[in-house]
Amino acid sequence: MPAESKPPDAVKVLVPVGSLGAGVQEADVRYGLAAGAHAIASDAGSTDSGAAYLALGNSKYSREAVQRDLRILMAAQAEAGIPLVIGSCGQSGSDRALDWTRDLALEIARELRLTPRIAVIYSEQDRAVLKAKNAQGKIQPLAPHGPLSDATIDECAHIVAAMGPAPYIAALQEGADIVLGGRTTDPAVLAAVPLSRGMAAASAWHAGKVGECGAQCTANPARGKGVLLRISDDGFDVEPLAVENHCSPHSVSAHMLYENSDPFQLSEPGGMLDVSAARYEQLDDRTVRVQGARWEARPYTMKLEGAAPGPFQTIMLIGIEDPDVLSQLDLFHDRLHAALCQRVDSTLGAEAGDYHISLRLYGWNAVSGRPVPLGTQPPREVGVLCVVTAATQSLATRIAKACNPYFFHFPIRHGIELPSYGFPFSPAEIERGRVYEFKLNHVLQTDDPLEFVRTVWVDLKGGPRTHG
Amino acid sequence: MAKVRDVCRHVRSKNAGAFWVTIDLFFDGHDNYLRYGQSQALRPAAIASLCGADPARVKRVLVANLAMVKISYPRTSPQGGIVERDMHSGQQFVRLLDVELG
Repeated sequence: MPAESKPPDAVKVLVPVGSLGAGVQEADVRYGLAAGAHAIASDAGSTDSGAAYLALGNSKYSREAVQRDLRILMAAQAEAGIPLVIGSCGQSGSDRALDWTRDLALEIARELRLTPRIAVIYSEQDRAVLKAKNAQGKIQPLAPHGPLSDATIDECAHIVAAMGPAPYIAALQEGADIVLGGRTTDPAVLAAVPLSRGMAAASAWHAGKVGECGAQCTANPARGKGVLLRISDDGFDVEPLAVENHCSPHSVSAHMLYENSDPFQLSEPGGMLDVSAARYEQLDDRTVRVQGARWEARPYTMKLEGAAPGPFQTIMLIGIEDPDVLSQLDLFHDRLHAALCQRVDSTLGAEAGDYHISLRLYGWNAVSGRPVPLGTQPPREVGVLCVVTAATQSLATRIAKACNPYFFHFPIRHGIELPSYGFPFSPAEIERGRVYEFKLNHVLQTDDPLEFVRTVWVDLKGGPRTHG
Repeated sequence: MAKVRDVCRHVRSKNAGAFWVTIDLFFDGHDNYLRYGQSQALRPAAIASLCGADPARVKRVLVANLAMVKISYPRTSPQGGIVERDMHSGQQFVRLLDVELG
């Protein structure tokens, strides 16, 4: 990071992609560097795809996809001599996912002969510490949840606390070339560099929120992957990195609504961003200028995310084109479901435990699970997914195997030759693994944004190229 | 009586974090927004009964400059739980399309 004697008038942040691994485009990065970007920033995770990623510490994107994106960004970082900041590494931002990302970065550094100073910032939390904080009244629920119990903390396989920008700013000020962060709020990752260079909080946070999904805030999100944010004290400008794309006041302001339960107010660590008075204007063909957001300082809190493993599932799929079945799908569903449960009870009995069978008729009402309006015409075909849930994987599979002949041959009425529905796979049963759920929707209060965060340095500049 | 699908140019839904669903109704022009945005059928009680949510938790926000209404409510089953059918809640807007707006 170049030393600067006085704060700049504006800070340009190159946001290459909405999530690391989604496919950074080299032309996008070139454009942003040529425009004089002061930093590259992206998040690499989300809770959107479910709790399994946090519970298991696995990445949603493949190792190869993340490494490909990271290679482009690390090369750009070294070439331009500007910081590279990645938050929520490895999807969940758990310690395991962060270490996985760190190791990919070290491999790339060796391959490209790069020698960055890397700050690795962890935010996974210890259960005993959280219980103590909970007992002190330092953990508060968010709607629709109630107070947190120790039992719920114990259920979680992993718990992370979403960081704000403070630990990133500290690492940047200590000379980090690359910051790899654990779970962090999406806007904080993008706001960190502008805040570290003294830009107004309202501008930095609002820009961070608008840019968090990369090109999603542009008129045509299919063109290019990223945006360039130019943050100053009185607002920010946003433009797509792809020259053939543009931002419009509508595309930018509408993105503020996306995935938020409240379109005007966003709670973040240490404050609340209020965009109810924000103004969006077209600055040139491709760029929108945004002004008027407010930042209201609040007591510092970190949102907790905890994922708990549940029971196991085994699934089977059949396809049905038989018009006799298609004309009576609701009846077929109900009779088949009853027959499968009866079959399990008569074969496994009490051994089946607290099992659950769900039949989903794709092509009819599988997605909504609601009754289809009377008079709806039968579809051409349906796919019937049988989802068996039980306490262990082997038990779920035993139940599915017991159900298999009924699922395969169940007749729409008695007295006809047994039909055979269309299995696409053999063996028919697919062991899907565990069910995972997010259990926490609470915030942890602290006076020190670094209290629950650990920074580990990997300095490749002076030392050996290998990390112990 | 007009249906949502007739007076909105775009309707979408998405998870908002792990515990909330949010639905965005972009009206086709300000006239439609002014005429239908405050319909009873889009108020918390009606949305709660349509989506199976607790009416006290349903939030409705009118965004005049975008001619849109945002409706948010807590998920009725855990994300990724044993009866999950729509992990990202991206299909939950569909049940609103045929709602009649007075």
